[in-house]
Amino acid sequence: MKDDITRDERVENLKGMGCSRKRVEDARFTQGKGNYVDDIKLDGMLFGDFVRSPYAHARITNIDAAAALEVPGVIAVLTAADLEPLGLHWMPTLAGDKQMVLADGKVLFQGQEVAFVVAEDRYAAADGIEAVEVEYEELPVVVDPFAALQSDVVLREDLVAEDGSLPDGAHGPRKHHNHIFTWEAGDKEPTEQVIDTAEVVAEETMYYHRTHPCPLETCGSVASMDKVNGKLTLWGTFQAPHAIRTIVSLISGIEEHNIRVISPDIGGGFGNKVGAYPGYVCSVVASIVTGKPVKWIEDRMDNLMTTAFARDYHMTGKISATRDGKITGLHCHVTADHGGFDACADPTKFPAGFMNICTGSYDIPTAYLAVDGVYTNKAPGGVSYRCSFRVTEAVYFIERMIEVLAIKLNMDAAELRRINFIKKEQFPYTAALGWEYDSGDYHTAWDKALDTVDYKGLRAEQAQRVEDFKAGKTRKLMGIGLSFFTEIVGAGPVKNCDILGLGMFDSCEIRIHPTGSAIARLGTISQGQGHATTFAQILASEIGLPADSITIEEGDTDTAPYGLGTYGSRSTPVAGAATAMAGRKIRAKAQMIAAYLLEVHDNDVEFDVDRFVVKGAPERFKTMKEIAFASYNQAIPGVEPGLEAVSYYDPPNMTYPFGAYICVMDIDVDTGVPEIRRFYALDDCGTRINPMIIEGQVHGGLTEALAVALGQEIAYDDMGNCKTGTLMDFFLPTAWEVPNYETDYTVTPSPHHPIGAKGVGESPHVGGVPCFSNAVQDAFRAFGNTHTNMPHDHWRIWKTASDLGLHG
Amino acid sequence: MSKKMHIKLKVNGKDEEFFAEPRELLIYTLRERLNITGPHIGCETSHCGACTVTINGKSVKSCTMFAAQADGAEVTTIEGIGGPDNLHPLQEAFKEHHGLQCGYCTPGMITRASNLLEENPNPTEEEIRFGMAGNICRCTGYQNIVKSIQAAATEMNAAKEAAE
Repeated sequence: MKDDITRDERVENLKGMGCSRKRVEDARFTQGKGNYVDDIKLDGMLFGDFVRSPYAHARITNIDAAAALEVPGVIAVLTAADLEPLGLHWMPTLAGDKQMVLADGKVLFQGQEVAFVVAEDRYAAADGIEAVEVEYEELPVVVDPFAALQSDVVLREDLVAEDGSLPDGAHGPRKHHNHIFTWEAGDKEPTEQVIDTAEVVAEETMYYHRTHPCPLETCGSVASMDKVNGKLTLWGTFQAPHAIRTIVSLISGIEEHNIRVISPDIGGGFGNKVGAYPGYVCSVVASIVTGKPVKWIEDRMDNLMTTAFARDYHMTGKISATRDGKITGLHCHVTADHGGFDACADPTKFPAGFMNICTGSYDIPTAYLAVDGVYTNKAPGGVSYRCSFRVTEAVYFIERMIEVLAIKLNMDAAELRRINFIKKEQFPYTAALGWEYDSGDYHTAWDKALDTVDYKGLRAEQAQRVEDFKAGKTRKLMGIGLSFFTEIVGAGPVKNCDILGLGMFDSCEIRIHPTGSAIARLGTISQGQGHATTFAQILASEIGLPADSITIEEGDTDTAPYGLGTYGSRSTPVAGAATAMAGRKIRAKAQMIAAYLLEVHDNDVEFDVDRFVVKGAPERFKTMKEIAFASYNQAIPGVEPGLEAVSYYDPPNMTYPFGAYICVMDIDVDTGVPEIRRFYALDDCGTRINPMIIEGQVHGGLTEALAVALGQEIAYDDMGNCKTGTLMDFFLPTAWEVPNYETDYTVTPSPHHPIGAKGVGESPHVGGVPCFSNAVQDAFRAFGNTHTNMPHDHWRIWKTASDLGLHG
Repeated sequence: MSKKMHIKLKVNGKDEEFFAEPRELLIYTLRERLNITGPHIGCETSHCGACTVTINGKSVKSCTMFAAQADGAEVTTIEGIGGPDNLHPLQEAFKEHHGLQCGYCTPGMITRASNLLEENPNPTEEEIRFGMAGNICRCTGYQNIVKSIQAAATEMNAAKEAAE
């Protein structure tokens, strides 16, 4: 048999790994036919919304819903007293703490859920909320975590024993009634000794401010309890639908087979939609109580004020080095503000996430990290906003410490990085704080980045600018922001990563149809990453059927295999690996079928693009399409009919993507306005599945980094009032503020991942924040600046210039 | 609650007539009353543009306009811009140039862009960025949105020239 097309054409037809396949999701999204949770409509569906606390800390002495129940259209009002008999007035958090679903006698942050009003539509629900009368008795408010650790005010009476003693928390002993945990990594005494006796030590205190992922779609759910069949269906904005099913089962007592959780299209997640929120629980309870489907959708203010803040780390660092710049030790302490409940979304054993990746890309022999978690009167959360668990904080910390050390050493910060990078031949590299980095080639990436932007030329231009500024010829300074980051993603190995006891493996199940097309289902869920496009590409390359003939389905727990969902850049490292492994099982069976059809021994055929060929006789082959049909119509001895496979993949290690970013910025010292002149981003995410999608992820992640570095924050006043509850106050960049980015890459495959891929979605955010921040700070280096805190909005930049005496 | 008002609209070429409370927002009318779910709610304060529609030739954020204020108007949503059999060049260009990721802002983005190109068929990059600044995207960083709009403009102008 002869082909009328070449081998290259056969490869092209598959649209497999490495090509910029256009997205299959786009047809529905561009035509307004996406199906997001708020688009779901069911017969008789009711709408629920919350009465929320105006106070940050108060006792609730009475809730009177009588008037609300008289409002036309209002069906029910739920309070903690209604949930208590079901044991649902509190729920477990992902961090081993518990959290009120509805205020149980007191509130701990402004906007906290107090009562749930269920009505025929949104307008009636809003009227009902107005009519609920709540009596509050104000309590002293604690918003500063350092003050909280000194304060007599007890935020969580439920965590203090009757005799006043403090029972251990989920992560060990507690030092104070507002203290949650101390978490340590590395060697304390040896690190302190190295630093105490070092030739050079740089110290800095920095605050990584509280912010919020703020996806364009807020959180929401629709619960429908079918009392006839005893089945609960729950649609929602869930980044981890299977985990939500298990949680709902554990807290409601409904058996897991009677719960179907569906994540429909999700309008961006960025970590916001990992957690379990009171709204989800209340929609379920309200559906059980009313017997009708109940929808709950946050408005933007609810979203910014209550679900899932990120960051809020007060970090103190010491870094020691020899006089010629070889780093010898790193010490880091974090005071972490967790708000009123510890609802951080981290693997169980990591209450500060992977903050212990804070030695970064550098060969630092000795290090120590301690994190103290603290309760305050702020919203709970602590999610990973477009990063693996707390990696943004870690990378910001080390990339600032490097800059501060460079100033102390009077050295170029690019050179300081270069002489301390982990060398290519040191991989796999075990860092002082415990992680085993899988692969990297940092020097090559760094040199490529510096050469591309003409780093030396930029520094010369910057020096001239400083002279011109001093001579009164210009009022603009120039900043060169550098950042070299190493991410840790793909959580993770079941031996040390779980959430609520669920190991963080992931899964893929494939069914090949008789005519040579396929469906694959995964335990993850896309929120814009384009899984339906890229996972089909992985499979196309693995099983030799065109990506266009493969449907990818996620998000329905009744059909998809169990998985831990999409966050922390884990989809490609974990579910992507499961996809490849399941594909290889298909291929192994296809090989037996091909050998049978070709009447040769199994080992006499080999896979080639889209077929098995007889070794040495390429004209004798069976295409995967032919094999698929044969699997359904041939009685092959010793081979079951059909062509299906499933893989549950427990990754042997995390993956460690890295990258080199450089930002060139002009800053007007009189207005504080930064103008981004150039941004160069080199990413190494291992094997590249779809370059178009990678670039899109990089553009988006950098823009979210720009937001966080240059203005976006969740701020509170002393009374615990959230000052940033709308998009008027909370900075989301528009097309007008955002530059064009230059993207570049190197490829260092992960040695333990079946296709060598490492994940990319979060790298640009992780590496971008310090890059933008370093650019601002570098502009003022010549005038004595060592560090100022983010966000660098216009006022803060102006203030920096003013404090340095640059306004004359 | 106050007395319901009699409201007439032409939405995507179809006449609609109904009684609604004066406080009913246009986005609610579209999504809940008329089942037109392309326009989305992102902020309810006019900042994000996910709810953008075209009313009598102008881009409007339907989350902060009462249905009653639109009485008698012609309203176009993403559903009226193009569908499977008559895709708008912008819809094709957004796919071709990866101008979307999660898709939530996309209907408003394309609706606004279609109006921008009506107002200015040959926009510069700066004019596109300024003209789209009322529509927020959290995923793409805008670079590919700008590229998509430029490509659609080129395509539409070439088609116009060919027709003339």
